[in-house]
Amino acid sequence: MNQILRHLLIIAIVLFGSLSFAGALIWVERRLLALFQDRWGPNRLGPLGLFQGVADMVKIFMKEDWIPPLADKPVFVLAPAVILVTVLMSFSVIAFAPGFVVADLNVGLLFFLAMSSMGVYSVALAGWSSNNKYSLLGGMRAAAQMLSYEVFMGLSLMGVVALAGSFNLSEIVKAQQRMWFCIPQFPGLVIFLIAGLAESHRLPFDLPEAEAELVAGYHSEYSGFKFAMFFIGEYLSITVTSALIVTLFFGGWLGPALFDPSRGAASAAASALLPAGWFILKTLCFICIFILMRAALPRPRYDQLMAFGWKVMLPLALLNLLATGGIMLAVAGAGGK
Amino acid sequence: MFSLIRAIWAVFVHAFRRRETICYPEEKPYLAPRYRGRIILSRDPDGGERCVACYLCAVVCPVACIALQAKEDASGRRYPEFFRINFSRCIFCGFCEEACPTCAIQLTPDCEMGEFRRENLVYEKEDLLIAGCGKYPDYNFYRVAGLAIQGKDKGQAQNEEPPVDLKSLMP
Repeated sequence: MNQILRHLLIIAIVLFGSLSFAGALIWVERRLLALFQDRWGPNRLGPLGLFQGVADMVKIFMKEDWIPPLADKPVFVLAPAVILVTVLMSFSVIAFAPGFVVADLNVGLLFFLAMSSMGVYSVALAGWSSNNKYSLLGGMRAAAQMLSYEVFMGLSLMGVVALAGSFNLSEIVKAQQRMWFCIPQFPGLVIFLIAGLAESHRLPFDLPEAEAELVAGYHSEYSGFKFAMFFIGEYLSITVTSALIVTLFFGGWLGPALFDPSRGAASAAASALLPAGWFILKTLCFICIFILMRAALPRPRYDQLMAFGWKVMLPLALLNLLATGGIMLAVAGAGGK
Repeated sequence: MFSLIRAIWAVFVHAFRRRETICYPEEKPYLAPRYRGRIILSRDPDGGERCVACYLCAVVCPVACIALQAKEDASGRRYPEFFRINFSRCIFCGFCEEACPTCAIQLTPDCEMGEFRRENLVYEKEDLLIAGCGKYPDYNFYRVAGLAIQGKDKGQAQNEEPPVDLKSLMP
């Protein structure tokens, strides 16, 4: 009984935590973009403009929720739910602290990859069901882009899996106690960062919504709550990508060796909270890097995007995997002699 | 590839720059003295109205937002009986100021005239008239114009000579 309660509590905390975090990201992103562009950003509502996200949400829920008359209605309604559900599902395998995980699957990493592939359905179906040429173009672009980047996203993670010897995210974090994987797997980190950007179609890779060409791409026809679902889905997806980068390459909940919680923490409560604190801090750093990239980088052309994916990133990911495997075999052989 | 990283770095450095935004209600931006804002009617140094109700401003106004009615007082001076500017139409082009022969109508560096009701944007003469001379402190139309009014005949003003009697042959 106690176990079930504990699980339910963890689920509730992760669900509401991630959703409110994504809501707060609206404010974080706008303030950070303003910072990089020598502006102030929203600073009127509440302290530092913190309530801007709330106001945005109130506004968006007040909007008319309109369905185009020629749209494929059931699919149109279903599509935004799919992205939200799949992204929230991928939160369930992320280990925020030792033992603080919704589902400690032994195929956690594969589960995340599967869920991010499922997200493609959302944008493709949204583009298709809107019955609008721009939406369709956006949906097609999204499907092609996400499928191609998925390939080497998975491949870039195989080096980490080989080093850790497990698909379980908690195990991968524990395997990084001696050295974070960002050092031996640096190419994998870069490739995963780029693929993660493309997966969440954030700005350098936001061709599916490219407002200059496609109005708003696959969500041109969406309004009100359904649009909010796409919106929140995107923020959740950058959160989950950052959380995964932290888990896989930056030691998850492990702090720098100097601040080892088992040694430094004074009380039990602190030793329980410290890992989660490290995790959230690192995740925030990566979200800031994502926002910085949005502020700095222009959008590539569509053929450049595909060529970059298949001709540069895929061979790089394969090479990385080959080198990792070779070095591991060589080290194992030397140890065996 | 290298240029992308340089671009990211350049944008990141901007995080430590001074922010250009002027937080308006708390911090007022500088408005130049010749800024074309709220229109006023000024008075001459003696305190009389400068406006002589010549209608030039109303004629030149491209959106026809100025309405006035001329009247003459006991001393022979012309003045507007009413003078009305509809600021919901005004485009602040400044043509009225250029057209005005007496420097009466002037645009001022003030743009804070928002209203909730459109009718409140119609300014009457008492709203427009100010106590001072505006941008031209020493100018007094009747002192230089060579126009006769009660208490001042032709040629009695500054920079004026008495009128020449054209019928006389004497030098």
